[in-house]
Amino acid sequence: MIDGLTTALIGTSRDVFAVSALLLGFQYLVLRQPIPHLRRLLAGLVMVVVGLAFFLIGLELALFPLGELMATQLSSAQFVFGSDTVPASPPWWKYGWVYLFAAIIGFSTTLAEPALIAVAFKAEEASRGTIRPWGLRLVVAVGVAAGISLGAFRIVTGASLVLFIAIGYVVVVVQTAFAPKSIIPLAYDSGGVTTSTVTVPLVAALGLGLAATIPGRNPVLDGFGLIAFASLFPMITVMGYAQLADWRARRRLVRGQKRTEP
Amino acid sequence: MTLARWRRRHRAISLFFDNFWKLRFEDDSPADLIRSLSSETAGLGGIRGEERTSTVSVNVKAIAPFARLLIHRLWEAVRDLLPIVVVVVGFQTLVLRQPFPDVAGLLVGTAFVIVGLMLFVQGLELGLFPIGEAMAHSFARKGSLAWLLVFGFLLGFSTTIAEPALIAIADEASDVVADAGLIGSDEDVRAAYALQLRLTVAVSVGCAILIGVFRILKGWPVHLLIIAGYIIVVAMTFVAPNAIVGIAFDSGGVTTSTVTVPLVTALGVGLAASIRGRDPLIDGFGMIALASLTPMIFVMLFGIVRFGIRASGSG
Repeated sequence: MIDGLTTALIGTSRDVFAVSALLLGFQYLVLRQPIPHLRRLLAGLVMVVVGLAFFLIGLELALFPLGELMATQLSSAQFVFGSDTVPASPPWWKYGWVYLFAAIIGFSTTLAEPALIAVAFKAEEASRGTIRPWGLRLVVAVGVAAGISLGAFRIVTGASLVLFIAIGYVVVVVQTAFAPKSIIPLAYDSGGVTTSTVTVPLVAALGLGLAATIPGRNPVLDGFGLIAFASLFPMITVMGYAQLADWRARRRLVRGQKRTEP
Repeated sequence: MTLARWRRRHRAISLFFDNFWKLRFEDDSPADLIRSLSSETAGLGGIRGEERTSTVSVNVKAIAPFARLLIHRLWEAVRDLLPIVVVVVGFQTLVLRQPFPDVAGLLVGTAFVIVGLMLFVQGLELGLFPIGEAMAHSFARKGSLAWLLVFGFLLGFSTTIAEPALIAIADEASDVVADAGLIGSDEDVRAAYALQLRLTVAVSVGCAILIGVFRILKGWPVHLLIIAGYIIVVAMTFVAPNAIVGIAFDSGGVTTSTVTVPLVTALGVGLAASIRGRDPLIDGFGMIALASLTPMIFVMLFGIVRFGIRASGSG
């Protein structure tokens, strides 16, 4: 455990060190200005390093082993079919618990993703409070849940990954044309932040577990496929939610006008 | 279904959607608390010079908001973690019906995660966000485009080059190409290849931040850049060597670390907010999407330069 703590500390402090060196260099050599609130900034950076180290250690100590164990148990032949062998082409509906687990583990890990918390804070600030951080995180989490669940379904059925991803991107492009302009950059960014600290290890374990038990699947390729789904679907749900809200607001406006006319 | 019933149900659904966006558990936003905290402690720390006249009574007043902030953060962290705990405990006891392997480790680990998340979020507000914003504002005031672009590039490059996930992927990638017989299999050659790959990815993230910053200044719509980028990615998968394509896709996902994301977002939003005619929401976001797109293009380009264009049909 001490070993893990030092590794995590070194990893995060290297990031923070690079950033601090860059900042100090630019502030003193290029901008030639003293840094405002230097002591508070340093305290904040120390908090980030120590906090992330604790966070990673805790995950490795508690949630990752159990989550990975559960992922393998849920996809094992013993649990799904009650025997030691998997039939050559297993029916997809037998894996109901796996889809449910995939969805709610994707949902709950996304809510705890530190990078998404940061982006949601900034989104609230940039939108002057119109976008609620908790609301954004819920919508992104729903996207990850749908993506991972569909990804698990794809592994079970063995459908083409490229086909699913291509259709997904076509949907994204079509939505981009119709969604409110102000949500698009945020939606794109929320696809990138979901594949981070918490979600990837658990999701990869689920993908590997599934791909290893079902005959004819490639563990490396299919584990990656799940993560691609997890970063594609949040774009769709965030833009979709904004479209829904926009459409409802516009319809209410039209109705209001109708009501005022005699 | 009668019309009245349909109306009733419809109203319930719309009420749900109206409240959904507003759904939150806390009464004060953290930003308000920070603001009240920093203004009340200003007399002590000398954060604002003109308020330094405050007397000792501030000291007592400052503790109450600090305790409130601490409890608030703790509650937020618990709320963020609760779903995972419920899912794991629920599945273990109800679906799998098995005892927990290591209860003590589970409890200690969960406590660690909660404390860590609490510290991280507090550190975001005190350290990472202000740094990103301060840099954005000083560059916007000084108006030096060249230095801003250099800073953006270095920010992306320096946070990516030492990323542990990237190092792991680069090592794995050197094994893959060595097994395919594309490079020699001795240790030095593989290490050199892994380093080249890491440099490629770090340069690509640097370029992504550079392009992202430039886009904010110019006000270009990000979706055109992203869609064009993905078209390039799709086109390149047909000509890039097979051994590199999988690594290229993987490297797109590892570049956005938990320290880089808040910093880059704060930089983008800060820049967009301090430039006239830019909207923080429309122009400030989009750099993370760019930073997960450019590594795919650069790594495939690296593969083509290194191993040549794939002849159709062969690897």
